[in-house]
Formats: sequence, C-alpha cells, structure tokens
Amino acid sequence: MDQQVILTAAKPSGSGTTNLLERVEQFLFMEARLQDTHAYDEWEALWTDDAIYWVPANGATNPDTQMSIIYDNRSRIRVRINQLKTGRHHTQTPRSELARIVSNVELIRQASNEVDARANVLIFEDSLRGETLWAARNEYRLRMTEDGFKLVRKKVSLVNNHKPIFTLSFLV
Amino acid sequence: MPPASSCHSHALIEPTRVHSRLYYDQAIFEEELERIWYRSWVYVGHVSEVPNRNDYVIKSIGPMPVLLVHDRTGQITLLLNKCPHRGNQLCAYREGNRSTFTCPYHAWTFSNTGELAGFAYADGYEGVDKSKFSLGRVPRVGIYRGFVFGSLATDGPSLDEYLGGAKASIDQLLDNSPEGELELTAGFLQHRTKANWKFMLENETDGYHPGFVHSSVFQVTDSAIGKLYGPQSTALTRDFGNGHTEFDLRPEWRRLGEPLAWFGTTAERLPDYVKAMETSYGAERARQIMIDGSPHIMIFPNLFIAEIQMFVLQPLAVNETIQHVTALQFKGAPDFNRRLRQQTMGSVGPAGFLLADDTEMYERNHRGAMISDPEWLTLSRGLHRERHDENGYLVGHSTDEVPQRGIWRHYASLMAA
Repeated sequence: MDQQVILTAAKPSGSGTTNLLERVEQFLFMEARLQDTHAYDEWEALWTDDAIYWVPANGATNPDTQMSIIYDNRSRIRVRINQLKTGRHHTQTPRSELARIVSNVELIRQASNEVDARANVLIFEDSLRGETLWAARNEYRLRMTEDGFKLVRKKVSLVNNHKPIFTLSFLV
Repeated sequence: MPPASSCHSHALIEPTRVHSRLYYDQAIFEEELERIWYRSWVYVGHVSEVPNRNDYVIKSIGPMPVLLVHDRTGQITLLLNKCPHRGNQLCAYREGNRSTFTCPYHAWTFSNTGELAGFAYADGYEGVDKSKFSLGRVPRVGIYRGFVFGSLATDGPSLDEYLGGAKASIDQLLDNSPEGELELTAGFLQHRTKANWKFMLENETDGYHPGFVHSSVFQVTDSAIGKLYGPQSTALTRDFGNGHTEFDLRPEWRRLGEPLAWFGTTAERLPDYVKAMETSYGAERARQIMIDGSPHIMIFPNLFIAEIQMFVLQPLAVNETIQHVTALQFKGAPDFNRRLRQQTMGSVGPAGFLLADDTEMYERNHRGAMISDPEWLTLSRGLHRERHDENGYLVGHSTDEVPQRGIWRHYASLMAA
C-alpha cells in the first residue's frame, strides 16, 4: 500500500488515469449487465474469496453490530446465488425485468493492485408487484488480477434505506 | 352472499372459513383501526430501546406514530407526536435524547412528561391555563418483562389478562439470556409490503407453508428445519386465546435432546454462552433451556417472536403493511448475539432468504383476495384432529390451521364488540 495514489477531479492525472477510469467503467457496466440479465454464475464469478457485499440500512451503521439489508461474505453470496438458481425462489419466479444506469463514476484511490471507485446507480424494476425505481450511491473496491478486475467489496447505499423498502430480491 | 354492509364484518367470518373482503375492504380497515388498533393492547416497543433517562424513539400504534419516552422522572410513557396548538408534527427525528420537545411551528415547548412548559410570546396567552395543553398520550401503558404495550382505550382488560398463556412463551424467550433480559440494540429493517396486515398475522404461525414457500432455502443450505414442518413432525400449533398463537417446536427439540440444536449449532461452538447459562441457571436447567430453545409466537395483533428475531407488524393502509424486524439480542451473551445478528440478516428483511418469499406470498395473496370467485377462503385443515393440551389450550399438528382459526375467533369478537 506504499504506492498510494489519490485520484480526484481536482488533481487531473495523465493518460494512464483516463485509461484506468475507462477500464473501471467498462467493468461496472459489465457487472450491471450481468445483474440486469440475471446472469447469476457470471456475476458470482466476479467476486474474490475475501469479498464483502453490503447493503446497509438506516444510513451507514456499523454492519458488525447493526442490521443491514445485505451483509454477505463470499459463502453467503454463493447461497444467495444458489437460491436464485433453484427456480423456486418465488419472489424471482418470474424474474424481475431490470434496466439500470451506472453513472458519475469516480476513481477515489489506487493502492497496489486495488482501485476504489464510486458511482451512482438508478435501477428500474418491473415485477409482479409493479414498477419500482431504486436509487443508490455505490462504493466499490476492485482488485486487478490476471483475469481482469474482481469485486472485493461493494457497498450499495440506497438513498431511502432509512425508510421501509419493498422486497429487494434481484441482484442490486 | 355476505351482507353488503361492512359494519357487519363479523358476518364475514365463520369457524372454518373467512370472506376475501376482510382483506381489501377500506371500510373494514377503518373499523379495524377503531376496534382493534386504537382500542386493544398493541405492542409498541421495548424498554431496552430507551435505556437512559430522556431517551425517546418514534414507534407506532397502527398507522399512528407514538413517542416511546423514558421521561425525566424515569417513567416509560407513550406520547402522541402532535402539537396541541395547531396539530403540527412535534418531533421529526426517529430517536434521540432530550428532556423537552419544541414544536417548530410556533415554538411551544413541552416537557418529555407531556406537560406544556411554555408558550412563545406568552403575553398573548394571559390567564390561559397551561395544563389544558398537554400532549396527547396513550392512556394505558403496560410492560411485561421489558415489552411495552399500549392501549388507547381508557379501560379494558389488564395487559396481564390480555397476554394470558402467551406470557409463558415470553418467559421461555427470556430464559435464553443468562441475565433473563433482552437488549434490542441492532436496529430495525423495515420491509414495505403491498398486502393487508392480516396475511402476515395468519402466516406467522402457519406451519403448512415452509416446506413449499421456503424449499429453495432448505435445499441450498442443507437445513434440517424443513422437516419440522413436514407430515412426520411432532411440533404443535397452539391457540392461546385472545388471538395469540404459537408454533411449539419443543417436542422435536426434546426428541433430539441436543443443546442449541434449535439454533443449528452445538454447545462446543458457543462456549462463552454455555458457560454463562450454566453459571446463571445451573447445569441441568441450562441444558433444558438450551434444548427447548426460543419460542415462535404471534402475539395479537402485531408482535411476532420468531426464535432468533422479532417482527412488529404495522398496517399503514388496507393494502400496505410495514414489517419491522430486528435480531433478538440477549443480555450477557455477546458470542450468541453475534450469530443471532448474522442469521437474522440472512433470513429476513427486504433481501432475506426467507422473508423475500413470504412477502411475495403476502402480495400475491392480496391480489388474489380481490378476485371475485370463490369469495370464501378455507381454514379447515386439521379440524378433525385438534385437541386440548394439559393447560386447556387448543393444539394441532404442526401443519394444521389451529392458529388461524383462533386468530379469526378473536378478531370476530373484537369487531363485534
């Protein structure tokens, strides 16, 4: 972590950074597509073994002591995916129809082989219940590997997570 | 055809069937608010949510917000969140610590005991008696072992009478704490549900659905829980009366005879907890408590204790309900509590492995209710084999509809009163 580079809009870097931003964006867009199309195995394969997938509730509370909507380690991500794949996870049979926009991508920090990024996400969901619009500020930690980026950490802060929210059973 | 007037909703309830209109009729919902939510005992919150003097948290009775306050004198009180001057929402924050509340509209200030402390620009109220302008309050507050209930009726049965046999299940719950107390400190998830509240009330002690609604979870987690809800199970459904119903798993756990099997773990994996339990209760009693586990009880109309977590049902409209849910946390059991939070987070809330599917069923139930034929829904399962237990409560097989029949019997008595 000694080669830390802080990346902000106030300190524009050279073409190397632009290239990194594009690569991060391409990864986030691909992840969004896998989620929108329910490509469960491909999405699960994006995660590292030390992954944390976190959707907090009630603002940003401590996930180790407070309830979160999702707080999955790698094995729980697998259970989540396996449940979706049974075909009997009723809330996703039939599956939600989804399209999401990932935007406002910012690189926050690069250290060693990892990159932290932020983005805003708007998701349109159509399900048996009706149409729902979800909005979130996401934070990502990506790790560069031989196979490209992997997801180490993803935090999805729904803007209304302190209020009652509908069932969230698609991949957010 | 049922009578056209919804004022006779009890005519829509028969011993083994109920009419679909009970779930979607706006007039019946308003009648429920008046006769059930704003009259009988309703669970509001827990004393551990306001541990310090001047703590408050916003809770509810039905759609109505209620301030649960640990007031400046040390009393637990339930105040209504409405300035008596012009009706403004008094407190806009969900929780905090303060000895007074000031209305943002004209700055009237109230003590957290409810009394008006002062007017702004008091010269305009010369000779006015401040004691006429106290905050509204829930007239009857009852606390059983830390569970705070409120009744908006000035008289009626005591909380003790109301809870009746259900008290034994709350006692069983608290036995799981080495100190005999709960601490609800993990915060609530709020699951918004487009369905009538009674679909949740009925489902909480429905032992017929898990093998089907939750089969996907049982498959991917190799859970043995599914068997508890099968035809061979010795678990019981129970009707305590007053609408309180239970799913009693103790016969199964006693058959197994393994401490903490109810929690899917073993004594070896929670050594600190087991030691604390043995210190508090003695080895033999601790072992029995850890075999019996935590209860699965629905206390009418809104408190559902589901072994490891606790739900509070809040109807907002005839077709909208909030399921508030938190992990149970037992005083003096940090290693146990950590696992309770982890399991609760996986199971419940909007993205929970179990509750996402239950909630899908509630919403489909609600849409189904509005389809005109058949109008009547049947609750006859196990009628031929229900019986009275040693305490005189009706019990049935784990998959039988004893609880649902009991709930509707009580509902009918309240709506006819």
